[in-house]
Amino acid sequence: MENLKEHTEHSHSYGLYVMVWLALITLTGLTAVIAGINFGKLSVVVALVIAVIKSYLVLTEFMHLKSEPRAFKTFIFVALFFLLVSFTLLFSDYSFIIGK
Amino acid sequence: MSGETLALSQNEHNVNYLDYQGKHKGIWGWLLSTDHKRIGILYMITVLSFFAVGVTLGFLIRLELLTPQGTIVGPQAYNEFFTVHGIIMIFIVVIPVIPSVFGNFFLPIMLGAKDVAFPRLNLLSWYLYIIGGAMILLSLVLPGGAADTGWTFYIPYSVRTGTNMIFTLAAVFIIGFSSILTGLNFLTTIHRMRAPGMGWFKMPLFAWSLYATSWIQVIVTPIVGITLLMVIVERVFHVGIFDPTLGGDPLLFQHMFWMYSHPAVYIIIVPAMGVISEVVPVFSQRTIFGYKFIAYSSLGIAIFGSLVWAHHMFATGMSNTAEFVFSLLTFLVAIPSAIKVFNWTATLYKGSIKLEPPLLYALAFIFLFSIGGLTGIIQGALNVDLYLTDTYFIVGHIHYVVFGGTGFGLFAALHYWLPKMFGRMYNKKVAKVAFWITFVGFNILYFPFLILGWLGMPRRSYHYLPQYQVYHVIATVGSWILVTGLLIMFINLLVSIIKGKKVTEENIWGGETLEWKVATPPTVENFEEIPQVVEGPYEYKQNEYELEEEVK
Amino acid sequence: MSSAESTQAAVIAEPHIEEHAHRDDVRSRMGMWLFLFSELLLFGGLFLMYSVYRYMHQTDFSIASKEMNTFLGTLNTVILLTSSLTMALAINAMQRGKKGLSIFLQIFTILCGAAFMVNKFIEWSHEFAKGNYPGSAILASKPKGQILYFGLYYSMVGLHGIHVLVGMTIIAFMLVFTIRGKITPDNYVKLEAAGLYWHLVDIIWIFLFPLFYLIT
Repeated sequence: MENLKEHTEHSHSYGLYVMVWLALITLTGLTAVIAGINFGKLSVVVALVIAVIKSYLVLTEFMHLKSEPRAFKTFIFVALFFLLVSFTLLFSDYSFIIGK
Repeated sequence: MSGETLALSQNEHNVNYLDYQGKHKGIWGWLLSTDHKRIGILYMITVLSFFAVGVTLGFLIRLELLTPQGTIVGPQAYNEFFTVHGIIMIFIVVIPVIPSVFGNFFLPIMLGAKDVAFPRLNLLSWYLYIIGGAMILLSLVLPGGAADTGWTFYIPYSVRTGTNMIFTLAAVFIIGFSSILTGLNFLTTIHRMRAPGMGWFKMPLFAWSLYATSWIQVIVTPIVGITLLMVIVERVFHVGIFDPTLGGDPLLFQHMFWMYSHPAVYIIIVPAMGVISEVVPVFSQRTIFGYKFIAYSSLGIAIFGSLVWAHHMFATGMSNTAEFVFSLLTFLVAIPSAIKVFNWTATLYKGSIKLEPPLLYALAFIFLFSIGGLTGIIQGALNVDLYLTDTYFIVGHIHYVVFGGTGFGLFAALHYWLPKMFGRMYNKKVAKVAFWITFVGFNILYFPFLILGWLGMPRRSYHYLPQYQVYHVIATVGSWILVTGLLIMFINLLVSIIKGKKVTEENIWGGETLEWKVATPPTVENFEEIPQVVEGPYEYKQNEYELEEEVK
Repeated sequence: MSSAESTQAAVIAEPHIEEHAHRDDVRSRMGMWLFLFSELLLFGGLFLMYSVYRYMHQTDFSIASKEMNTFLGTLNTVILLTSSLTMALAINAMQRGKKGLSIFLQIFTILCGAAFMVNKFIEWSHEFAKGNYPGSAILASKPKGQILYFGLYYSMVGLHGIHVLVGMTIIAFMLVFTIRGKITPDNYVKLEAAGLYWHLVDIIWIFLFPLFYLIT
C-alpha cells in the first residue's frame, strides 16, 4: 500500500528532470558570469545563494525529497541547522579576534 | 503491553539465540551472525577486553605517580600510557559500550522488532570497531611507539611527534565510522520498526536515550573524523591547514576537535542515563516520574551539548564574546541533566524499593554523576576555569562523569540485563560486596584529584612537587581498592554466565518493558508474533506503600 | 499517554505488521539519507575550516584563486550536473520498466564521472607544473594565505574526487545488478540509494565550485 503510493509519487516525467537540469546549467552560467562583476563583500553571498538554490533543486527534484516522509525533511533541517549554528559559534570567536 | 505472554510453539526459530544453529557452525556462527543479540555479545566481549587494557594502563599510571620522581617507567612511556589510556577508554570503551552492547541487544526487543533495521551493516560496524581497536593495540607494540599527545591530539605536537600518530588517528577515524553506522542503524530502527501501538511516547526511556545519542553520533562524529583525517593529511602532505609554520591555526584544531569531543561526552553519558531510567522504576515498582521530561531532556542534552564545545578553550585567548556565549550555554546544558536527576529521585520517593545490585549501581550513578556534573559547572564559570584549567580538577571531573557516570551505568546495566541475556543469575551477595568495594575505591581514587587540582597540580605531569605526594598516595591506594572491586565484580559475572543458577522466568526483576515479556534467554526471532502495544512502558500497579496511603 | 497519540501511532506503525511480506523501502532510503548527512557534515567540517581561513586571509585567497582554470571548473560543473540528470533519469527509466534505457543512462553517468576525473587530472597537472602543490618550494615562498588556499583546495577537491570515484564504483555495481536482473522495476531501492549518493557528490561540488574558482 505504502510502496505503491511511493512508486507513483516518484515517477516524474522525463521532461521535468530536463527542465531542472536546464535551470541548473543556467544558474551555473549565471554564477560564473556574476563572478566577473565585483560586488565587493556581497560576491561570496551571491555565489552562495546561487549554490543554495542549485542544491535545493537537486535535493527536491533529483533526490525526491519533495515526496519523502516529513521525517526526512526534519533530518536535513537538523543537519543544516547544526552546521549553521556551529558556524555562528565558531565566528563568535574568530570575527572578534581577527583584525584586532 | 497487554501483558500476554507469547505462546511459544516448538519450531526451530524458538530455540534461544545462544543454542541456535544457523547457516554457520561454531565460532563462525558468532563471527558471521547478523543477529543483533549475538552482535551485542560480540561487542560485550571486545569492549570489556579493551576496558581491561584501559584499566591496566590506568593502574600503571597511578603506580607511576606514587612518588614525585620516576617510579616504574620513564617519562616517554608515561606519556604513551596516559595517551593510550585516554584513547582506549574514551573512543573504544565508553563511547560505544552501552549503545553497542545493550542497545544492540535490547533496543529491537524493547521496540517489539525482530532485529535492527540493517543487520548486515550492524555486523560491519563491529568489524570496523575491532579493526580500529586492534590498530590502537598494535600502535603500542610497533616501533616508533604509541601516540604520546594525550587523547586530545592537540596540534602542533601531534603533527611533529615521531610516534605512530597516523596509525592511531586512522584507528580513531575507523572507530568513528563504526559509531556513525551504529547510530544511523538505531535511528532507522527507532523510526521504522516500532511495534504497532508503540507511539513515540510509549517507547522505553532507554530507547529515547539511544535516539538522542544516535543523533549526536551521526551529526558530530564526521566532524572529528575529518579533523583527524586532516591531521594525517598534514603529516603526510604538509598542506598547512594544521601547521602553524605554514599558516595553520592551532586553535582551529581545538575548535574542530571539541566540536565533536564535547558532544561525545553526551554520547557517553546519555545512554547510561537511559539505563538508570530503566532500572530506577523497576526496583522501586513505581511509574517513572516525568516520563516526557526525561525523554525531552535527552534531546535537550543532545542539542545543547552540541553547542558548548569551546568551554574547553577558555584559557586559550578566545574572543570575549565567544567566552561569554559558551559559558552561558554550558550553564544551560546543566538544566536537562538536573531534570533527570530530580526525576529519578522523585521516582524513588514512596516507591517500594528493592535494594538489588542493579539499583545500588544506579544510585551510585546518581550520586557520582551529580558530583561530576557540579564540578563541571564550576569550570563553566570563566574566572574559575582560568585557575582550574588543565589541573587535576578536570581529571577528577572527567572521571566522575565518565567513570562514575557511564562506568557505573554500565555496571548497573550488566547486573540488570546479564541474567536476561544468558539465562543465569549471578551471586547477589558477592555482587553487593563488589559494589561497595568499587564504590569506596572509586571515591578514594578520584576525590583527591579534585583537591589536587584545587591546589594547582597540573594534569599529565610526570614529576610533581613533594607536597602533593600525600594525595597521590591516597589516590594510588584507591586505585588498588577499585581494581579489587572490579575484579570481584567481573569474576562474579563471568562465573554466573558459565555456571550461575539457571533462570527461566521471563520477568526476572518485575519490569514492564517488552524485554521482560520474552523468553529468557530470548529466542532467535525475539517474538513469535510482533506484539501489539497498548500501555506505556512503566505502568506499574500501585505499590504497597501507595495502597496503604489510600486505605488511610 | 493520550488516546489520540496511541491511535496515531497505530496508524503509523500499521504497515510494518508483516515484516517479511512487506519490504520497507522507506527504511532503506532513510538509512541512506542519514548516511548522506554524515557525509555532508564530513565536508561541513572542511567548509568550516575553509570559512575561517578565508576570513583570515581574504586577499590571499582571491589572488590564489586567479591561478584556477575557471573554464575547466565550469565545464566540470556542467558535466557533474548532467550526470546527476542522467542518474535521476536512469532511476525513472527503471521505474517505468525500460531496462535498456536505464542501463544506457547508468553507463553515461559513469562516463560523466570519468570525464570529471580526467578534467581534474589535467587541472592538477597544470597546478603541479606551476609549482602550486603542498611541499613545493615555490608555494612555500608565497604568503601563508595562499599556502592555505592550496592546502584546502587539494584536500577538499581531493576528498571530493575520492567520493566521485566511490560513486562511480557504486554505480558500476548497480549496472551489474541491473544487467543480472537483481534490480527490477519492482525493486530498485538499491539504485535509488546509489543515485542519492551521486547527487550528494554533485551538491558538494556545487559549493566547492564557487568557493575555489569564483573568488573576486
